[in-house]
Amino acid sequence: MFTIDKYVVAESLDQAYELNQNRRNVIIGGMLWLKMGRKKIGTAIDLSNLNLNKIEEDDDSFKIGAMCSLRDVENHLGLNSYFNNMLSKSVEHIVGVQMRNLATVGGSIYSRFGFSDILTALLSLDSYVELHKGGIVPLCKFIDMPYDNDILVRIIINKDGRSSCYKSHRMSSSDFPVLACAVSNKGNEWYVSVGARPGKAVIKQFTLSEKPSNEEIDKVVLDINQTMTFGTNMRGNAKYRRLLADVLIKRNIEEIIGGNDAD
Amino acid sequence: MQIKLWINNKEFNDDIAPDMLLLDLIRSKGFLSVKRGCETSNCGLCTVMLDNKTVLSCSTLAVRANEKHVTTIEGLEKEALEFGGFLADEGAEQCGFCSPGFIMNVLAMKNELKNPSEEEIKKYLEGNLCRCTGYMGQLRAIKKYLSRVKEGSYENS
Amino acid sequence: MKIVNKGVRKKDALALVTGKPVYTDDIAPNCLTVKLLRSPHAHAIIEEINTDKAKKVPGIECVLTYEDVPKTRFTTAGQTYPEFSPYDRAILDKHIRCVGDPVAIVAGWDEKSVDKAIGLLKVKYNVLEPILDFRKAKDNKIIVHPEEDFKALVDVGTDKDRNICASEVFEFGNVEEELKKCSQIIDETYHTKANHQTAMETFRTYTYMDTYGRLNILSSTQVPFHVRRILANALDIPKSKLRVIKPRIGGGFGSKQSSVSEMFPAVVTWITGKPAKIVFSRKESLTNGSPRHESEIRIRLGADDEGIIKAIHMDTLWNAGAYGDHGPTTVGLAGHKAMTIYNSAAAYKFNYDVLYTNTMGGGAYRGYGATQGFFALESAINELAARLNMDPTELRMKNMLTQSQVGNKLPTYYNEELKSCTLDKCLLRAKEMIGWDEKYPCRDMGNDKVRSVGVAVCMQGSGISNVDVGAVEIRLNDDGFYTLMIGATDMGTGCDTILSQIAAECLECELDNIAVNGVDTDTSPYDTGSYASSTTYITGMAVVKACETLKNKILDEGARLLGLNSDDVEFNGKEVFSLKENKSISLKDIGNNSLVGFNNYLTASASNYSPTSPPPFMAGIVEVELDKLTGKVDIIDYAAVVDCGTPINPNLARVQTEGGIVQGIGMTLFEDILYDENGRMMNDSFMQYKIPSRIDAGNIRVEFESSYEPTGPFGAKSIGEVVINTPAPAIANAIYNATELNFRELPITAEKIALKMLERNNI
Repeated sequence: MFTIDKYVVAESLDQAYELNQNRRNVIIGGMLWLKMGRKKIGTAIDLSNLNLNKIEEDDDSFKIGAMCSLRDVENHLGLNSYFNNMLSKSVEHIVGVQMRNLATVGGSIYSRFGFSDILTALLSLDSYVELHKGGIVPLCKFIDMPYDNDILVRIIINKDGRSSCYKSHRMSSSDFPVLACAVSNKGNEWYVSVGARPGKAVIKQFTLSEKPSNEEIDKVVLDINQTMTFGTNMRGNAKYRRLLADVLIKRNIEEIIGGNDAD
Repeated sequence: MQIKLWINNKEFNDDIAPDMLLLDLIRSKGFLSVKRGCETSNCGLCTVMLDNKTVLSCSTLAVRANEKHVTTIEGLEKEALEFGGFLADEGAEQCGFCSPGFIMNVLAMKNELKNPSEEEIKKYLEGNLCRCTGYMGQLRAIKKYLSRVKEGSYENS
Repeated sequence: MKIVNKGVRKKDALALVTGKPVYTDDIAPNCLTVKLLRSPHAHAIIEEINTDKAKKVPGIECVLTYEDVPKTRFTTAGQTYPEFSPYDRAILDKHIRCVGDPVAIVAGWDEKSVDKAIGLLKVKYNVLEPILDFRKAKDNKIIVHPEEDFKALVDVGTDKDRNICASEVFEFGNVEEELKKCSQIIDETYHTKANHQTAMETFRTYTYMDTYGRLNILSSTQVPFHVRRILANALDIPKSKLRVIKPRIGGGFGSKQSSVSEMFPAVVTWITGKPAKIVFSRKESLTNGSPRHESEIRIRLGADDEGIIKAIHMDTLWNAGAYGDHGPTTVGLAGHKAMTIYNSAAAYKFNYDVLYTNTMGGGAYRGYGATQGFFALESAINELAARLNMDPTELRMKNMLTQSQVGNKLPTYYNEELKSCTLDKCLLRAKEMIGWDEKYPCRDMGNDKVRSVGVAVCMQGSGISNVDVGAVEIRLNDDGFYTLMIGATDMGTGCDTILSQIAAECLECELDNIAVNGVDTDTSPYDTGSYASSTTYITGMAVVKACETLKNKILDEGARLLGLNSDDVEFNGKEVFSLKENKSISLKDIGNNSLVGFNNYLTASASNYSPTSPPPFMAGIVEVELDKLTGKVDIIDYAAVVDCGTPINPNLARVQTEGGIVQGIGMTLFEDILYDENGRMMNDSFMQYKIPSRIDAGNIRVEFESSYEPTGPFGAKSIGEVVINTPAPAIANAIYNATELNFRELPITAEKIALKMLERNNI
């Protein structure tokens, strides 16, 4: 059983940061994972009152506060229209509405879990995390940074005109993904992120000609696939995951080329 | 620590442990409709409304309900009976253990979605597990209920 | 019929939909919290338990180890005495036989103290090598039950020194001779895994001592009377010291046909005299519940070129797990139910070994072994159809039980006579519903998707013939309302309502005029409990009998009060009257008079058993969409047509069917109890052991082709279990029709499909 000795609703990020330097103290997001652990928490630090539960949109970017719920992201009209529902598709099968009302974007991204749908999706976009001390860091760098005592404040997604598409394969509809895959595209540049390998999502970049033939796509995807590693757990073995990656990457590419009308 | 909250519009002031879960607080106040079906936030049995949003009370710290309104099915008896009648007419409450959490989410869906399709209904309620019914009877009840809601048969809650 | 065959609301419906506090944990007041320290090892001997520190934790009332509890052996299987399941369990045992076996029982006044005390227990184990593969269990050097006081009450072929829990050979005709004559033989082996019932309410029990020094047990159970005996055995006390009460329960599906949680708070209360409660976590319910037995069945199916089945051999291996609960009995259904549906063969053989291993002990899960048997046999039938290039529905129409066989003896079904069957109508209707002729075998949808259909038929029983007993008592009260006392246990299925419907029909009254309640072993008449698809059929008939008796008493009493002969009056539900004499007396007046002076208080009781167990039948046809690249299978549509005789409450029968099908879908596509190499269950939560959500369930359509079972109440047979048997073979068949690949092991995951297709395509 997890325990909490003390609970503090932080009044400022500085205060939260100070508290978070003690190893026994923990920032709590949705608390879904913490609750299942056995951690003996000294002070639980709540960021609820720091105005981090908003999604802001301007001409250049979206800024998603760390305390926004996955459901906030799922329902945000601006995000959905700009990214063609990609982010909502990435989270829509995470257990249920009640769970997504609790789970926070900050908690999901900070944890950098291998199975994370939203991490996989955001990685394929021009995304950044804003850390209280560390400043703005590209998400692709952040995922490989060690877990430290900094505080994730916001996610920033630049509006760089990418088209994007998300697909996952699950053994049952509300399960973790066996494999998660996001693809985005701008001009000839393509980005693919693959999560639940079952390790942490990886991002790869490649190019395709303007009107790629099936053969060209097959070859590029095969090459990309060979650069990735896959593992085995209860939900699938490495061989199957590689097969899934091949299929989901291609389907995402085809959907983007076809104008995202499928589904 | 000291908190103040409202459960079904009744004010409670309490000194609670910081790691107390909302589910346990609610049950300790005698609102026993709220059930625990798992420890991993997966079953939806413990669903309550926290300021009009459905949450899993098993996964919410009680302190997070400080200064907030919690609603359980005991606070929505009229609505529960309106929808529950359709459920009963299908025989789809069965063992009833998942019914309170399920009905809370159905009522939240009614408020949030306008004329949801079958697919939207299933998606909205995906996090409410039921092992008895196979879900079909629940779906029949929801469709009948929503069409009555659409006809304006019930006052807005 | 006015009330029977009507989809009336369940009598408890409105309490349930408004969240009233009617379940065990809602009723239990402040009392001791009981928790268990469980073994991390699959096979070990406890050498030492140090409880000193744990006992000193403030608020701890007791810490019990195997040294502190009675040492008698018993079975936790809820079965009629003498149980077929061996007495192989103790409340706590020095010998640990599976991961999660209880090591110590801790009771205290708050949960935090109990958790703390459990954390302070120090146990020294002598860790032994476990047997985890049931194929290697027989005659293994590791013996799961070496104990001397192990006891088998009934000869079921037990040989504990060889890890054999039960063993039997049944043969009718000469299978080897018949197979020699067959031009077509399917010889394949099918493997089904253990899976869980996952009732939404986990196992839980509240116990307390009453005014009379008796131990009262309020528990979420399907078998209150069996629990009374099980606890009397476990605690080694007379049954007269025990009372078991069943409130509303949050689902069972067979899981609560074993006494999983009762003994722990019971022993605490018996020793301390204090009220106590245990609520199993979901994890405990998954790691140490009472799941379906894993099976491996080799089928040898012989037929001629026309597809006429001549011989069936089912060679069966059954994993009892660490304890024999329901092992010797579930296995029987695999053969005796499955083979019976193909009743015209010349020879049958069914032999089995039920083997002890160091995995979780099995139990009763809806279908009770028939489910495993039907997956194997129906899959083999589908393989035979494919071999013969014959439509599998046509092959079935040639071989299976139909209306025209009513009156025939069933040699593989204890030679019972078939008295009702519309299976042929069920299958034809299911074909129509799904559009079989247009859709069989498959259609390419483009986008790498293919849609295909698959079929299976099945049966079950209605109660256990000559064993199950259902007794009821019905009383006429003042103002003319009735109290129906039953010992059958409504677990959400609606039997309280169904039995009341039967009573209301017999007594020609409104349903509301029948009061019914949960079970209390002190006041309810004896009933074996709700399992084996018995309640509607067995107890329902007891209601009919009791009502007949009561009706006669009402006539007699009415006549007496009117000063007439009983032969001269009639009863219409509201009054006893004589048209000839132009006299009448209302039921209300009879009831009120019966409570005064020299008049008679009118009650009637009846018990019922059945020398037969008439099978309900079902045809299930599924349409799936299969992704040829990822292997993903989506259920598009499921057409189910059931012959349960007269459905007493068609709404409840429909929901039973839908619920059973979705459980079957989960079992077929992804539910799987997985162990690591040390025997620890890996997917021990709802996060990892996924049951179908409403999206996984697809669309299900249910219809009834009702026969009339002459031995059942108003023609009824059972419904509860038959409904889980078609999904596995039907879905496997649909997958074959989409891929031309046979999958003989459950669950059939997308991974297995995709990789097997890849392998085939690379050849």
